[in-house]
Amino acid sequence: MPKLSRRDFLRTAAAAGAASALPLPFAAHAADDAILVGGLHDLSGPIDFAGIPMNQIMQLAVEEINASGGVLGREVKAVVYDPQSNMSMYSQYATQMALKDKVAVVQGGITSASRETIRPIFHRFKTLYFYNTLYEGGVCDRNEVSLGTTPAQTVEKLVPYVMNLWGKKVYTVAADYNYGQITAAWVKRFVEENGGEVVETEFFPLDVTQFGSTISKIQAAAPDILMSVLVGTGHLGFYRQWAAAGMKDKIPMASTTFGAAGAEPIIMTPEEANGIVTCYGYYPTIDSTANKDWLALVKDRYPEDTPILSELSECTWEGMMIWADAVNEAGTLDREPVLEVIESGKTYDMPAGKVSIDPKTHHAIRDVYIADLQDRVFEIKEKFEQVQPADTQGVCNLEETPDANVHHEISL
Amino acid sequence: MDFALVVVVEIARAIAWLVLLSAGLAIIFGMMRVINIAHGEFLMLGGYTVIMATKAGFNLWLAILVFAPLVVGIFGIVVERVIIRFLYGRLLDSLLATWGLSLLMAGGVTMLFGNTVEGVSTPLGGLTIGQYQIAIYNLVLILFAVLLLVSIWSVLKFTNAGLIARSVMQNPNMAQALGVNATLVYMATFGIGAAITGLAGGLIAPVTGVVPSMGVNLIGQAFITVITGGASVVAGTLSAATTLGSISQAITFAAGPVYGDAALLLVALILLRILPQGITGRIFTRSI
Repeated sequence: MPKLSRRDFLRTAAAAGAASALPLPFAAHAADDAILVGGLHDLSGPIDFAGIPMNQIMQLAVEEINASGGVLGREVKAVVYDPQSNMSMYSQYATQMALKDKVAVVQGGITSASRETIRPIFHRFKTLYFYNTLYEGGVCDRNEVSLGTTPAQTVEKLVPYVMNLWGKKVYTVAADYNYGQITAAWVKRFVEENGGEVVETEFFPLDVTQFGSTISKIQAAAPDILMSVLVGTGHLGFYRQWAAAGMKDKIPMASTTFGAAGAEPIIMTPEEANGIVTCYGYYPTIDSTANKDWLALVKDRYPEDTPILSELSECTWEGMMIWADAVNEAGTLDREPVLEVIESGKTYDMPAGKVSIDPKTHHAIRDVYIADLQDRVFEIKEKFEQVQPADTQGVCNLEETPDANVHHEISL
Repeated sequence: MDFALVVVVEIARAIAWLVLLSAGLAIIFGMMRVINIAHGEFLMLGGYTVIMATKAGFNLWLAILVFAPLVVGIFGIVVERVIIRFLYGRLLDSLLATWGLSLLMAGGVTMLFGNTVEGVSTPLGGLTIGQYQIAIYNLVLILFAVLLLVSIWSVLKFTNAGLIARSVMQNPNMAQALGVNATLVYMATFGIGAAITGLAGGLIAPVTGVVPSMGVNLIGQAFITVITGGASVVAGTLSAATTLGSISQAITFAAGPVYGDAALLLVALILLRILPQGITGRIFTRSI
């Protein structure tokens, strides 16, 4: 038997493959003609309370898209992996989605760490990527569309609102990592722009669970407003200990994070959490037909295990819908024409309100709301229309640098 | 003056916190030499017991002082029978097995109760000291830390059971030769360590967020305290908790929590460099 070299083998195999592929009629592929879309959310682990609703809403969006005729007349199918908040699994699954599954688009990533793990992978393999979480701002990458709010959209509105209500002296407590540091800096800037003063900013490592000393220090400083930029399960103790010291009704609190993914208002009792004022891009209490129809749809699809709705899950819905609309309009799955539709400045009617994509930054220009938590329900107090992601606009212009592939640390 | 009083209470509370977190571990790891990586999840289980019991309509104090230690104690005995008893003297294997157990417990509780369960708010309200307000519950934590240490010390020092437990831990073969049922003693000791951990978990439930992943925020402090303290359960826990708690809390007051955390680690590092067997490996060596 003649020895078959590796090269010969490959050549023969390739030829055979090409030959056998040619005569097959297209119809034979009909079963797997579906367009694959990737979902990469933390479905287990400490932040699954955020990831599971995002995944549920993504599935619902896929079903809705299919019910209205699919994309390009083809069925859409979700490919879902659970990266378990593990960054090496995030990068492994991202690569798998881009190269093996060859998905048309990916929705996902929750923490900034996970986004910065997978964003460069999708950039490199030219797989369109939607990031649907509020974050510190600064991503500059034409391959990514960021739908969540950034500090310039929310903090800019929240700070003057609560200063008008309560006074000018602000004390900030923040999580000690990039989101907390950057957001605390924005708080300081907006407080000063509005003629107020940040008397102290304290940072807490994420595993801090005891806040007694801080609570006494806040009492000594006697601010008019307490601003919480706390994050994670350890920091939940702050709200509890603050209320336990009897401070909740003495110094009012605003937060850029409380209930952002919907969990805190459930874990904390109303006695502890009532009256906290927040500002996000979506609340289930938005009074519009689009939102009410959407809530009914969600409830109908998930009568049990109804997902906790927040900006994160609502933006995931937007991500799927904006992508499907862009593909249908472009008439192709190719990334370049799809991106051109996304950059064309269309306005989309979403449950959260009107949303359009800023072509310079690929961030959403959207309505933001201020709400006051009462008995687990966010009562909307004010609405701001079409707020620009000014922070990211200050550091990123994709029209000038379309090949940018960075996350700017916005320093103030 | 008011502020000084508040600082003193806070420092005492920080010490009590470390005592509560580590007393059960001091028995399981300090006495029995079993590295229980699932210690944080034992605390979590105590917290969940309190939440579930109060949800079912039981009195909060009954839930904290009876149900939490009972549930976690029984769970501890089951764990000892099923896993731990095969691993005595195999430090690294027990580390691996209890790590698996910790993942299983966090996952299991998430599956059973979900990741977002309503907690219990802190009872008793606030106490006014001059222009400051502190939670009265802080004083409860301090009180129970003291009671816990006094009870452990009395049991080990004055009762037959305590004497037998100490003898088995010191030399199981000799104790067995003298007619002690070492297996039973190991099981009971592990169960008591778990029950104390459950009580601690129940006590801290009203001041923390009770979620399945809360263990990871607590286990580091517990192990650092026990290792710094050394072999003696009461003297070790007390001396380490006092040293670490007061220094880190004072620094937290002066410079903020980032430095407070760093100070705790730095002090532990220095202490272990000077006293590799822990504080009670060199000082108070004959204490309990």
